Amino acid sequence: MSGPQEMPIATNGDVVLVRQKVRSVAAEIGLSLVDQTKIVTAASELARNVLVHAGGGRVEVEKVSTGLRPGLRLVFSDEGPGISDIAQAMTDGFTTGGGLGLGLSGSRRLVDEFDLVSAPGEGTRITVTKWSR
Amino acid sequence: MTVPADAARRRIVEIFISEEGPLLRRWSQISGAPIDELRDLHQALRTALAGDADLADVRGLLGELSRARARQGYTPSDTARVVFSLKEAVYEQVEADGQGDALRGFAWLSRLIDDLGLFTFETYSAAREKIIIDQAEQLLELSTPVVKLWEGIVAVPLVGTLDSARTQVVMEKLLQTLVDTGSEHAVIDITGVPAVDTEVAQHLLKTVVAARLMGAECVISGIRPQIAHTIVTLGIEFGDIVTKASLADALAYALSRSGVQLKGAATTRVAVRAERD
Repeated sequence: MSGPQEMPIATNGDVVLVRQKVRSVAAEIGLSLVDQTKIVTAASELARNVLVHAGGGRVEVEKVSTGLRPGLRLVFSDEGPGISDIAQAMTDGFTTGGGLGLGLSGSRRLVDEFDLVSAPGEGTRITVTKWSR
Repeated sequence: MTVPADAARRRIVEIFISEEGPLLRRWSQISGAPIDELRDLHQALRTALAGDADLADVRGLLGELSRARARQGYTPSDTARVVFSLKEAVYEQVEADGQGDALRGFAWLSRLIDDLGLFTFETYSAAREKIIIDQAEQLLELSTPVVKLWEGIVAVPLVGTLDSARTQVVMEKLLQTLVDTGSEHAVIDITGVPAVDTEVAQHLLKTVVAARLMGAECVISGIRPQIAHTIVTLGIEFGDIVTKASLADALAYALSRSGVQLKGAATTRVAVRAERD
């Protein structure tokens, strides 16, 4: 497996680039069209969260594998204000950014594995993985 | 500046001025630039060298030259070569002169030309960036046409990324077209939108609500299977907004809503589409 590729998230244009990168890697490892669209959409949500709430950060895109099944792992990290109440942030419809409040909770449903590490003032680190079926 | 260095400088400026004719011809030959363009540069450089070495005029001319070249599609190397080739042209004259002063002077002039070359490069890339920004703006305008499908029905085929700036343009254009054409139905087609995330969905919802406020009914079409899947998983609700799989379905729906009777074909077409999907 090739090592992770890191991309910066600093502008809206970067969000588009992240989306394109995730789409091409997802297609490369053979995810179905539906799964490609799901992981791309999740990447788009999480990248925009990094931009809106932390003002910028980075994402690592990595191909992973569990023996037979290939997968795609994305690690979004930022040094922003962090999340004080993770349970509340993961609730459908809860928003502090003026959006629909579905970005974080919806992304969790779009991927197979979702891991969120955050504390106030410590930044946020979200790891998501999508496995090929 | 020490005395010998001063003499070297004087000597190179003398060569620069006295050998103007051959120098310009050779410079033009190496760089491939027209001699008239170079004559202006030579003039400005000569004034600067003979006087207080104030390069403002030279930089102004070079800036114009590199901007013009960036627009005409010259490569950066071609553009910088115009400046750097002056070195070669001058060196040939210095060699013909064959004196130590002239050679030492050449080293000084060479550094100056390097600076000017780098300046050309910077101006060139700045001009290129400006062109890219302009084009991005033009693309924003170009890529959001509002087309009339039928009397009273307009459509907006969206292609590419739907960000806030784009949505703003789309919304403005759509609302204006609704007024201009007196249409009561609008179809927003998202076949060309690669991913619908919460931001895109929110923009779409806002556009539909704005159109509704003006008394027009919106249909969102072009929802492909993978997009439908994603929207449901994300948990986005389109509420009572009518959505259709294809633009044809949306048109058929809008036509029937506005009371246009289609002979025969309409129902068949929907059935054919359902099978293919």
